[in-house]
Amino acid sequence: MYSEKVMDHFMSPRNVGVIEDPDGVGKEGNPICGDLMEIFIKVKDDRIKDIKFRTFGCGAAIATSSMATEMVKGKTIEEAMEITNKAVAEALDGLPPIKMHCSNLAADAIHAAIEDYLEKKKVKQPA
Amino acid sequence: MAKRTVYMDHAATTPVDPRVVEAMLPYFTERYGNASSVYRLGQEARKAIDEARADVAQILNCTPREIIFTSCGSESDNLAIRGIAFWNRGKGTHIITSSIEHHAVSHTCEQLEKHFGLQVTYLPVDKYVRVDPTDVEKAITEKTTLITIMYANNEVGTIEPIAEIGEIARAHKIPFHTDAIQAGGALDLDVEALKVDLLSLSAHKFYGPKGVGVLYLRRGVRLLPPQTGGAHELNRRAGTENVAGIVGLATALKLAQGHREENNRKLIALRDRLIDGILSSIPDTQLTGHPKERLPNSASFTINYVEGEGLLLGLDMMGIAASSGSACTSASLEPSHVLLAMGIPPEVAHGSLRLTLGHENSEEDVDYLLEILPGIVKRLRSMSPLYTTAS
Repeated sequence: MYSEKVMDHFMSPRNVGVIEDPDGVGKEGNPICGDLMEIFIKVKDDRIKDIKFRTFGCGAAIATSSMATEMVKGKTIEEAMEITNKAVAEALDGLPPIKMHCSNLAADAIHAAIEDYLEKKKVKQPA
Repeated sequence: MAKRTVYMDHAATTPVDPRVVEAMLPYFTERYGNASSVYRLGQEARKAIDEARADVAQILNCTPREIIFTSCGSESDNLAIRGIAFWNRGKGTHIITSSIEHHAVSHTCEQLEKHFGLQVTYLPVDKYVRVDPTDVEKAITEKTTLITIMYANNEVGTIEPIAEIGEIARAHKIPFHTDAIQAGGALDLDVEALKVDLLSLSAHKFYGPKGVGVLYLRRGVRLLPPQTGGAHELNRRAGTENVAGIVGLATALKLAQGHREENNRKLIALRDRLIDGILSSIPDTQLTGHPKERLPNSASFTINYVEGEGLLLGLDMMGIAASSGSACTSASLEPSHVLLAMGIPPEVAHGSLRLTLGHENSEEDVDYLLEILPGIVKRLRSMSPLYTTAS
């Protein structure tokens, strides 16, 4: 059902955990639907210095979270905002069609974390 | 323990018993005749079917005429429900069923509701997934044409009070069908004791081949056959008989029912070892279904804070086959309606695990699972936002 890359990211996910004092937090999904992702980012000099995730969800959900965080770590905020669910799925050598919605969650959670960071930044800066 | 291959999904399907394969083989290449043919080759096939039919009838405590062979359990359910509904069309427009039926029953009822103007009552269940017979009685109207309640639930193993419901159906003269597909090898199938008018069975659940099932139809109960064509099965189900399959089904049923008590004793011991082991080694885990009135081989759980498919993948990597009621493991992306019907919140239903044992399972198999599962749960919980919030 799943590619080798998906199984690798499922069995050995990268960047699992929380960041104690995050610069941005993104949450997507809903445990009622069976999928919940949390992304924590640390930003320095406009780059994603550190990123961690926690996921409640299926193999595809865990693998896409892991791959998505790996793809944006070290990138600029602008580059990270451009990540798409399609890119995440492709990086994993594809997902079964019924599982494509999981990749949406991963990309959306990262966008949400970045938006949260930008909101907080606005608040910190004087008008 | 070294990695083992352990199959614990017998509710999904079972391996065919070698004795069943042996009984079936001649009907593929030597005795391949069409049972409706006049010549010897055909009559040999006819004889095999007659014998199989008599064997099944003896086990069900009915006459051979009352046994219809089908292609599977789903077809048996469809034959029963559509057959009765369409025979009584106009007069009876109401069906009573439960909220925990297999989709072969519930989706059939839903289609009859949506496209054929029938009303269907889906009875609620208690937290053990038991139907209350008094609820059945309360739901009866003068338009009720059929009551259909499953014998044992496929997801959580709970055994329903079929004889009590049968008593009520009889008092009101309403045909009563039971989907006995999960009960097949393990429970008593005496249709007089059960007080049923229709009963569905499926061979591949009791170490028989896939592609063959049975519908028991009590004499005097009329139905309008959905599958028309030749006069097979006394004009109740057209189609050239799957002779090998039918022989296989009868052989498998005889083997299963012949050693029922002994098999169940062994399975119950393994099942309880499994249940005790899981509940004592993994916190925040619950047994689902009735603690006592459950199938001898069924151990089903909800494991908090983790998702079912993740559990199954982890088990699969270690050679263990199991199933789950989570949304992600269903083709429809919806969590199990059975778990939801028993009042389990959706996020907990997603963390369900079903282990159903079989004749080939041993204590070593159970111990292997007990060794492997806690680590899988721990790993998934360490990644789960729900776990760290709760702890």
